[in-house]
Amino acid sequence: MAHAHKLEIFQGLLKFKSNTQKIWGVLIFLTIVTAIEVVLGIFKPDVLMHTWIDPMEGGFFATLYNIILSPFIYMKPLNLIFIVLTIVKAYYITWDFMHMRDEKSSLRRMVVWTAVFLICYLIFILLQEGGYVFEVYNTEDALIKRDF
Amino acid sequence: MDTTVANTGTEGKTWGGGNKPLGASYGKLMMWFFIVSDALTFSGFLAAYGFSRFKFIKEWPIADEVFTHVPFLHGQELPMIYVAFMTFILIMSSVTMVLAVDAGHHMNKAKVTLYMFLTIIGGAIFVGSQAWEWATFIQGDYGAVQTKGGNILQFGEKVMVDGEEKFKRISIDEFAVTIASERAEHERKNGLWFVTEETLPPYSVEEIYKGLEANSNILVRNQIINDEGEKTVLSREESLRQIKENGKLVVKGANLVVNEYGTSLFADFFFFITGFHGFHVFSGVVINIIIFFNVILGTYERRGSYEMVEKVGLYWHFVDLVWVFVFTFFYLV
Repeated sequence: MAHAHKLEIFQGLLKFKSNTQKIWGVLIFLTIVTAIEVVLGIFKPDVLMHTWIDPMEGGFFATLYNIILSPFIYMKPLNLIFIVLTIVKAYYITWDFMHMRDEKSSLRRMVVWTAVFLICYLIFILLQEGGYVFEVYNTEDALIKRDF
Repeated sequence: MDTTVANTGTEGKTWGGGNKPLGASYGKLMMWFFIVSDALTFSGFLAAYGFSRFKFIKEWPIADEVFTHVPFLHGQELPMIYVAFMTFILIMSSVTMVLAVDAGHHMNKAKVTLYMFLTIIGGAIFVGSQAWEWATFIQGDYGAVQTKGGNILQFGEKVMVDGEEKFKRISIDEFAVTIASERAEHERKNGLWFVTEETLPPYSVEEIYKGLEANSNILVRNQIINDEGEKTVLSREESLRQIKENGKLVVKGANLVVNEYGTSLFADFFFFITGFHGFHVFSGVVINIIIFFNVILGTYERRGSYEMVEKVGLYWHFVDLVWVFVFTFFYLV
């Protein structure tokens, strides 16, 4: 049984001698990422707790601008960092621990594209709806009273 | 056995079923399909959690104030530490699993056995940790009063820490006044035999109110998150008024009905998602144990391939993958 492993990570920046070495290398990387998350989660630097860009008002292009830059306008930078780091971790778990790097591209695309597309769609519709329900509850003339 | 399926006379032909276009065996492919569908199940849960959170974005509990406990370090507020430990344990057991798969490729039975054993231990530690996390969450720590509208009012006082004014939580046990009451818990032997009653709350709202009146330093805070990202602390008069007029039930800890930390939806999702994940870890451990014994018995040695370890490994890594997302969306964001 010939098992060819691709032994470089970070676009070939780091090349390991054996598969075992690569596994330990990935573990060190994942540990560092988790440590960064934990440290940020405990200290919560003030700079990262408020959004950096304000939404633009009025007009079609302002709305377009708000949609395109929505992760920076409506999300705290800290939370954005957490989500990006999570996706980075997920990538290395799938690619190196689950050997996705060594599979055929057809298998890889079949699994990853399907899941990523459906999950993105699901997240989009549910969060959009959640935000809308929030608006309904919290407008000036809301007919629902929850604070009693 | 070889003759039953292996040779169909179509090897090498593009059409006819003889080749493997995806370069993976049937079993591995099916495991990948299962993982995709399971990933969609979990993302359904997490997206539903996001929906509820967006719906109550101004009053959602702050995770750092909920998960502050670490075993053996009683009474200290250490958010993140314990869950970081759990995450590390699970990643570590993923590593031993992938090392077992690697040893399997080299047909090294002794190493596969050792690494499978370590993986099982890691999984067991994780499930145990999660049980402890649940127990702590269910037990609760400070207690709170639920209002008629289902909102939560918590207690504390303002203290100066390093020149900064901070809100320090106070447990209801510290200030509640005991009032002799006629109300006894309904049991089958002292009342109607065909109805039962839940355990009564530790205190009545009246007892909490009397205690609050007697201690002028104690303030109430509600669930609304202010501009600084903290829960709103009410003035002394407003505190007394809220408890007197709106207080309905004293709650301690969390379950599927009430939750002292805030919105009860938070507890529901916590139990459901971490429970579903914990069940995956548990079944993963059980499957790993079965495979572990198969390895010891030499089943895969005789079969000439340790691919079964690889398939189970895929499932185990997937469990780790899910935890990475649960960790982010329950404890970090």
